[in-house]
Amino acid sequence: MIEVNDIHKSFGDTQVLKGISTTFKKGKTNLIIGQSGSGKTVFLKCLLGLFSPEQGSISYDGRDYSNLSGDERRDLRQEMGMVFQGSALFDSMTVEGNVRFPLDMFTKKSKSEKQDRVDFVLKRVNLTEAYDRFPSEISGGMQKRVAIARAIVMNPKYLFCDEPNSGLDPKTATLIDNLIQEITEEYDITTVINTHDMNSVMEIGEKIIFLKDGIKEWEGTKHEIFKTDNEAVTSFVYSSELFEKVRQMYVEERN
Amino acid sequence: MSYLASIGSYAIMVKEVFKKPVKWRIMKSLILKEIDELMFGSLGIIIFISFFIGAVVTIQTALNLTNPIIPKYLIGFTTRQSLILEFSPTFVSIIMAGKVGSYITSSIGTMRVTEQIDALEVMGVNALNYLVFPKIVAMLLYPFAIAISMYVGILGGWIAGVFGGFLTSAEFTEGLQIDFIPYQVFYAFVKTLVFAWVLATVPSYHGFYMKGGALEVGKASTTAFVWTSVVIIIMNYILTQLLLG
Repeated sequence: MIEVNDIHKSFGDTQVLKGISTTFKKGKTNLIIGQSGSGKTVFLKCLLGLFSPEQGSISYDGRDYSNLSGDERRDLRQEMGMVFQGSALFDSMTVEGNVRFPLDMFTKKSKSEKQDRVDFVLKRVNLTEAYDRFPSEISGGMQKRVAIARAIVMNPKYLFCDEPNSGLDPKTATLIDNLIQEITEEYDITTVINTHDMNSVMEIGEKIIFLKDGIKEWEGTKHEIFKTDNEAVTSFVYSSELFEKVRQMYVEERN
Repeated sequence: MSYLASIGSYAIMVKEVFKKPVKWRIMKSLILKEIDELMFGSLGIIIFISFFIGAVVTIQTALNLTNPIIPKYLIGFTTRQSLILEFSPTFVSIIMAGKVGSYITSSIGTMRVTEQIDALEVMGVNALNYLVFPKIVAMLLYPFAIAISMYVGILGGWIAGVFGGFLTSAEFTEGLQIDFIPYQVFYAFVKTLVFAWVLATVPSYHGFYMKGGALEVGKASTTAFVWTSVVIIIMNYILTQLLLG
């Protein structure tokens, strides 16, 4: 579980996060949504420890990040997995090399143990056919699956995803969403996803946080988002005609 | 003011490079890869340029020493002094700022814009140690490349001088041996080591801290080349004053 308590973050005179508090529960897919410039990425980078908030605290299963020593922070980082928007795979390494990288860096496992683990996670993301290929030789969807495999290879307690299905076709995007949700439940991970994609919201949003101008404007589940009267949320989520119709159908069904 | 801030962040970068080192087994393979890329990959251009510059220095000197009372061996002497003192350590380093410097900046800069550096940091890897330290170690072999440059440059001068009919082989060899001061070779290699440090770290700084996209990677490479050259030329002056002045 990740507890965020009143975090503030500024860059120069621009205040990006203005006091966000929330809780991300274990075994759940937590989504952060909001318009571009609402502070989603900065918030995610604060959760990852890449940015330090000027005020407030972030606790990972009771461990307050700001109170941890350098070594403790490094240990905590190894409990985190991250799927970047552009996958961020290492160009100079094969798919297998990318997935094995964290094991080589941080474990004392034997070569065969590492190989077994790499085989396992690549099988888990349904990607056994691309071992020796380089990231530039595989599709965007496959790159995302490799990124997920790399993120879970160390058995993380926390999984963070920044726009995991941007640039993917709807079918592949749904596959990636479902894969993340399955992995979250299967390994009891605290997953936080930063997304613009309303399909993801409807598919896997067990908890949704809507950010607007650095403030948490709304919080709820994918079911509650249909019922909300919050104008900022409805104008963002139902900006497309299709989603507006879906909402109307849902409301009619409920009535 | 921004120059001072850049010098400050460069100093912080250098400090970070030596903190939290990655496992030796991994570092070893990274160092070997960088030696192959930065050193062996540059030998061809170093040999090619050194050979022809050595030849041109000899021909130019021969064409300008027309007074019959000036001994011919001075052509060999001038070639040796030019190559050992300035051409090989300094001129080759400026060329390397273009070749090695832009490679370092663009490779690290591309990793920055594609979030690969963020990925390393999220995993808890000291990205500066992982990316820059192997380059510094690989560049410790730079004096060997410069020694080859000196040798090939003098060889080019000998071939151009003797086969161009400007002087005999014995005269050239006499010029190479006359008034030889070993300390000058020491001075040249001290300079080379300092330039190796500059060649590894200044382009790394520009790549690591760049912001933006693909266009900015190109701009950062150009800026890195300019600043690496400027620092090499300033350091050349300072070291010459300190060691020979």
